[in-house]
Amino acid sequence: MSRTRTGIRPSRPARAGQYLALLAYLVFLAFPFLWLISTAFKPPRELASLHPTWIPKDPTLANFRQAFDEQPLLRAAANSVLVAVCAALIAVVIATPMAYVMARHRSALSRAATGWVVVSQAFPFVLLIIPLFLILKNLHLINSLPGLTMVYVVWSLPFALWMLVGYVRAVPPELEEAAAVDGAGKLRTLVSVTAPLLAPGLVATALFAFITAWNEFFFALVLMKTPERQTLPVILTHFLGAEGVADLGPLAAAAFLATLPSLVIFALIQRRLTGGMLTGAVKS
Amino acid sequence: MRRVSRLAAVTAAVALLLTGCSSGGTADDGRITLEFQSLAWQKESVDANKQLVKEWNAAHPDIQVKYVQGSWDSVHDQLLTSFEGGEAPDVIHDASDDLADFAYGGYLADLRDLLPAHLKSDIPQHSWETATFGDGVYGVPFLQEPRVLIANSKILKAAGVRIPTPEKPWSWEEFRAVTKKLSGGKKFGVAWPLKEPVSATLNLSLSAGGRMFHRGADGKVTVRFDAADQVVPRTVHDQVDTDGSASGATLGMGGSDTLPGFFAGKYAMVPLGFSYRQQIVQQAPKGFDWQVLPAPAGRDGLAQGVSPQTLSVAEDSPHKKEAAQFIDFLLRPPNMVRLALGDWMLPTGTEALKDPALHTEKHDWATGTALAGDLRSAPAQSVRGYAEWKDKVATPALQEYYSGSIGLGELRKRLVKDGNLVLARYQR
Repeated sequence: MSRTRTGIRPSRPARAGQYLALLAYLVFLAFPFLWLISTAFKPPRELASLHPTWIPKDPTLANFRQAFDEQPLLRAAANSVLVAVCAALIAVVIATPMAYVMARHRSALSRAATGWVVVSQAFPFVLLIIPLFLILKNLHLINSLPGLTMVYVVWSLPFALWMLVGYVRAVPPELEEAAAVDGAGKLRTLVSVTAPLLAPGLVATALFAFITAWNEFFFALVLMKTPERQTLPVILTHFLGAEGVADLGPLAAAAFLATLPSLVIFALIQRRLTGGMLTGAVKS
Repeated sequence: MRRVSRLAAVTAAVALLLTGCSSGGTADDGRITLEFQSLAWQKESVDANKQLVKEWNAAHPDIQVKYVQGSWDSVHDQLLTSFEGGEAPDVIHDASDDLADFAYGGYLADLRDLLPAHLKSDIPQHSWETATFGDGVYGVPFLQEPRVLIANSKILKAAGVRIPTPEKPWSWEEFRAVTKKLSGGKKFGVAWPLKEPVSATLNLSLSAGGRMFHRGADGKVTVRFDAADQVVPRTVHDQVDTDGSASGATLGMGGSDTLPGFFAGKYAMVPLGFSYRQQIVQQAPKGFDWQVLPAPAGRDGLAQGVSPQTLSVAEDSPHKKEAAQFIDFLLRPPNMVRLALGDWMLPTGTEALKDPALHTEKHDWATGTALAGDLRSAPAQSVRGYAEWKDKVATPALQEYYSGSIGLGELRKRLVKDGNLVLARYQR
């Protein structure tokens, strides 16, 4: 706001440069995705052309038909949605009170907890997979969607916590003090005052957990055995053969469909991510 | 109120969906369920596998087989984890070059006492060798493919070169001369897709008598790089760097990546696995005239190394006998043929190889089948430390040699001197 008053504005060439850089970045980001879409609609002969075109010369839906014919994509997508949504919700529900305590009550314990969160990120998952497999086996959670959900919750929790602590710190404690003055207890304050203000943070964290679970491949591969319970990333590898040979058309078609949910969710909630709910909350 | 009940309904639905239970093993009524993890991935081959499982299940109500889909891309890690966790499938589909760790690690059952005599004698000894580790046999090799030259018939005809056959193949020198004749302008006689240069080089070198790995009297393996070992690497190197008859650009490519250039007439020939024919049939422009030629021959004829696909039984399986019975059923000659046709590969069984479907001119099945007798176990696949030698020493050394950045002397030094240091660590 102060910018307009003082009149410091980027010059026209600088602004143009900024947009140019943004455009270049967008192209860079979009290129693989656009190429994927283009590939998904090409017949096999065009895929093996020496001079590939952006727009398929002879567009076809055959790749999509083949992908659906050969692999249980819908069921896999349903599994993925279920696991990813549950993992995201559970992770946020668990992480929110934890983050609140860690941000507001600094003690040796919370510092140790923060340290542990950082350290836990350092373990590569190949180190974890075999013990994890054994634990889940004893709990009879191999080849079960709740088992996989649990793994994803645990897997995304440290980083979710880390993200949320930052968001909680950004909420001015004065607001909570005001609630306390009005007679609200800790829980009430968290639910009625802090949580609503955290909305963008909660959404961002949930998204992070969702995407992590949605894209995750290795745990799903190892833990889920029956085709009925496999998730999309695992099903997608069924279009790959030995020595890097792939059924490119159907693979692209299926991969394109697999990216849609993330895109749709981002499109729907991106406004929430940038919401400035705290503007004017406290005078400083 | 309504909102609450809807929430409850959603929660209940999610809980229901999430409730899972594992299956497998022996049911109360004594019925056995075997898990068969297959890596088949192309429609024809998945269909053939599933159909065979269906036929088995119909004929064996007491031993039911459950088809589980695996993936070539990640099979090693996935199997390792399931072995460690004691949850491995009973019947395991893999390739012989992936079995060494599992066989030496005790995860796979030794099949010598489990398989029936007729299956043992149907598959030739040199195929069994691919799945033999130490004293035991840990997989049944059942599908294999030779590396062949897939050629653009029009270019070869126009140049008037002699067309090789399995009976009268090209020698390596003749091959080099032919590719030189076929090159010119921006066109190349051959495109070597050598993203994985080590296995291609070692396997083809068998024809020239190259072995590279030598087991001494003390049982220890050392690397040598003698004249016979040098024939194939030199040919490729000279084609790329001296004659300009092989494209340097394809050296880093996988097989599929060379196909667009091959279809466009840029390369007259591409050395590829026999099963690539399927991709060619699917992707070649209409009217594209191609044919399969045998790879060049050397001192030892058309010999070349292969790592066949295998079927194994998990050591932890409580039903090893039944699992072996199922493998025997899958690999009965007519069934082996169905699996081979589904994967566009060759069966290992001598009976299966006689099937008329594998001797047709269509898609040059006959040419490939004629090569089956010359296929040997890929050199070094059972040598401990081979994987590290391949990744750390041989792959970069061969890549640099083929692209012309190092000479034969340096290549030899690296393969042998650096290579033996690696192997020595595994053979103390």
